[in-house]
Amino acid sequence: MHAPALPFTKQTLANGLDVIVHEDHHVPIVAVNVWYHVGSKNERPGMTGFAHLFEHLMFEGSEHHNSGYFPPLQQAGALLNGSTNTDRTNYWEVVPTSAIDLALWMESDRMGYLLPALTRERFETQRDVVLNERRQNYENRPYGLSLMAILSALYPPDHPYHWMTIGAAEDIKAMQLEAVQEFFRTYYGPANASLVIGGDVETARAFELANHYFGDLPSGTRPAPVAASAELRGERRLLLEDRVELPRLYMAWHSPAMFADGDAEMDLLADLLANGKTSRLYRALVYEQRIALDVSAYQNSRELESFFLLVATAAPGRPLTDLAAVIDTTLQDVVASGPTDSEMERSEAQAEAHFMYRLQTVGGFGGKSDQLNAYNVLVGDPAYFDRDIERYRRATRKSVRDAASEHLRFDRRVLLSVVPKGQAALALPGSEAVAVS
Amino acid sequence: MIYADRTRLPAVGADPAFSFPAIVRHTLANGLQVRTVEHQSVPVVSFVLLIEGGSGADPSDREGLVAVTADMVDEGTGSLSAIDVSDALARLGAEYDVDVSPDATIFTLTTLARFAERGASLFARMVGQPSLLDADFDRVRQLRLDRLKQLKDLPPAVAERAFLRLLYEHHPYGHLPIGNDAALRAMALDEVAACHGAAFDPASSTLVVTGAMAHDELLRVANDAFGGWTSHDGAGTVSTVAADITPPAAAQARLAVVPRERAAQSELRIGHLSARRDTPDYASLVVMNAILGGQFVSRINLKLREEKGYTYGARSGFDWRRGIAPFVMQASVHTAATADAVRESLNELEGLRGSRPPTDREMSLARASLTRGYPRNFETAQQVARSVAQLALYRLPDTYFQEFMPKVNAVTADDVIRVAERWLDPARVTALIVGDHSAIADSLGSIGLGEPQLLPHEST
Repeated sequence: MHAPALPFTKQTLANGLDVIVHEDHHVPIVAVNVWYHVGSKNERPGMTGFAHLFEHLMFEGSEHHNSGYFPPLQQAGALLNGSTNTDRTNYWEVVPTSAIDLALWMESDRMGYLLPALTRERFETQRDVVLNERRQNYENRPYGLSLMAILSALYPPDHPYHWMTIGAAEDIKAMQLEAVQEFFRTYYGPANASLVIGGDVETARAFELANHYFGDLPSGTRPAPVAASAELRGERRLLLEDRVELPRLYMAWHSPAMFADGDAEMDLLADLLANGKTSRLYRALVYEQRIALDVSAYQNSRELESFFLLVATAAPGRPLTDLAAVIDTTLQDVVASGPTDSEMERSEAQAEAHFMYRLQTVGGFGGKSDQLNAYNVLVGDPAYFDRDIERYRRATRKSVRDAASEHLRFDRRVLLSVVPKGQAALALPGSEAVAVS
Repeated sequence: MIYADRTRLPAVGADPAFSFPAIVRHTLANGLQVRTVEHQSVPVVSFVLLIEGGSGADPSDREGLVAVTADMVDEGTGSLSAIDVSDALARLGAEYDVDVSPDATIFTLTTLARFAERGASLFARMVGQPSLLDADFDRVRQLRLDRLKQLKDLPPAVAERAFLRLLYEHHPYGHLPIGNDAALRAMALDEVAACHGAAFDPASSTLVVTGAMAHDELLRVANDAFGGWTSHDGAGTVSTVAADITPPAAAQARLAVVPRERAAQSELRIGHLSARRDTPDYASLVVMNAILGGQFVSRINLKLREEKGYTYGARSGFDWRRGIAPFVMQASVHTAATADAVRESLNELEGLRGSRPPTDREMSLARASLTRGYPRNFETAQQVARSVAQLALYRLPDTYFQEFMPKVNAVTADDVIRVAERWLDPARVTALIVGDHSAIADSLGSIGLGEPQLLPHEST
């Protein structure tokens, strides 16, 4: 038994808050990272976009610091941010060691005392900011609405992954302050949260501080887990006209949930198919036949279930049917014979390196503190890092082939053609127009 | 247990001590400048190679040449094809990328420490002896032409391109590294080879090596790999004059619009040519910018986002280069708020120059956020290597990091007002809008910059 790559100590406070401490004294900084186990999957149809809008409100002040969240922390030299996805919402600060108390005070105040500071005016302004974010990142961006169309097709309307985390514009506009308050009471208590303190701090001191700042907050509830499932019963062909120059083809499949059997294999398949010039699809579509401008593949790992996405943009004048034919042949090959030994060796080398690179930063998105929280919240075990990498070491030609054969089926997938406005004929034959906005 | 006192925020302690990385300089026999930095954390090593000449070195009728040349570096070397190079990088778990900036081209390769020698050796062969084959060139060029086509749909890219051209006109800094359609089509492989020969010269390049090894070990790795790199014909003749050519000066403030019908938002760029990176006013300008639009708690963001709800975010900054750099405020705003957002931005620009000087609180916050957070930029080997490469790019002393914090902390409100008056000038600002012209046309008069100049969607 060798030392863990990402060592930590964990305690749970009396109010249910998980506290995890990781020491790293290379740079005099401390990372504070809080995960709330709530995301857009906890929303309901008609009220989408809620979890994300709420994240914005967490930066507008709390009862005992009733003004912007940023100024005192920036004054202390902090970097800070937050994000929301389908499964969780995270918040973090990276502060100089000297400002650890400040960061914990601020995080604990908004965990315990947000609502007294939440005015209608702040709420309405952030609602406008989010509508701007939506226009900037989705509506005004080429191909920006594609994922919306795919999710709508992969999941039925009442499935919690049917909608995007940003939410529907009309839902955002219709949101009421009272519902926001209810959302906070339901999901934002210590019992539904996990705190990591990482970096230049002694473990005992970190626990003392965690208890000092968070220990007296009322526990709140731990909401029941969300359960849902979805399956495709055939191939669905969709068409979306967008303000784009070049047609693009998306293929999407249901795939195993994050950390479930087959999840790592799907990740390796994504590499094998479309990561780098050596990958099978890049080589065929972009390098040799030059019928595509780019190709990418991604196992989008999520808590309830995942989806595997393949995306290729046609070179000018090249029909999407040509791209689809090459992709299908390549998939058939992988399903028939799996990866080669050489491909497996290459993937393994990349996986080993990427796990090492992940140990370089203590804070921020994807830093060590964020990973410890991910493992704690989604697997219930912060020590999962070493088991996580084991999943990739254990993968074999056969297990990757099996995953491809089980999940990348032609008769259970969504094919979306995104084509320039007015050129619906460029879509794959038999595609049905979808309306998203 | 004593719980937190919520009547006041906890005090922040004294700034923790931090030792900035020690940089050791070496020169290899072929003239390559090497800077080694020991970085003891994770067993990772990072190589950053700075080549003189960036997009500012493009010949005027071959905009995009330097970027294509940089792109050809991972397209094969010696007996290795483009595919082989990609495969070899993957087997080292290496992260490779290239950044073409106005004055220089910067390559980065990061790998596990145990692959340091192999990574460096591959890297040296890639940059020193790229195969430069016709078929690869043709494919790389076509991908860039297609990419140009795609960029026409991306409002920020449309704005960047048009704004640089408005500010610099036909100065060598007046185009994006990717260049333009006509130049890419006219480009020939021997021009790429000549560009490579002129720019990729060990005697004018700098290699930074950072990792969990002692200086002499890092130097040995660099020397073993790059010591055999030799100059080609024409070496050292890459044009670096862009920095010394005086760009045109805008005579007056103006408004320009790139029409984009039914756009959901308006992409804004507001600014003008301003200072050089080597100005003695640099520290004061950084503080000034932090107050105006360089951080979340800045005047522009608080006004446009937090008070008005016009945008997801607004910011400002200098797009630094060795020569005269632009100062620009930017945001993507709701179409209906376009004219108001431009007016409010100009108002903030004007205010900082006198009518609303920085407050003590703003000064203190700006200085502190710039200095107290500074050590976190030295956490990874790659961050350190890239920071040291910036010193080489701007010919800054090795003591720069240590001196940065005291210099910023010495900046006063008077300094900020003085540099704002000197380097910001609303009277010659260019305001560019990429947005739905028919929806905003009637409101543009309220900005006070006169009739807008309408630019074609593809203005180069």
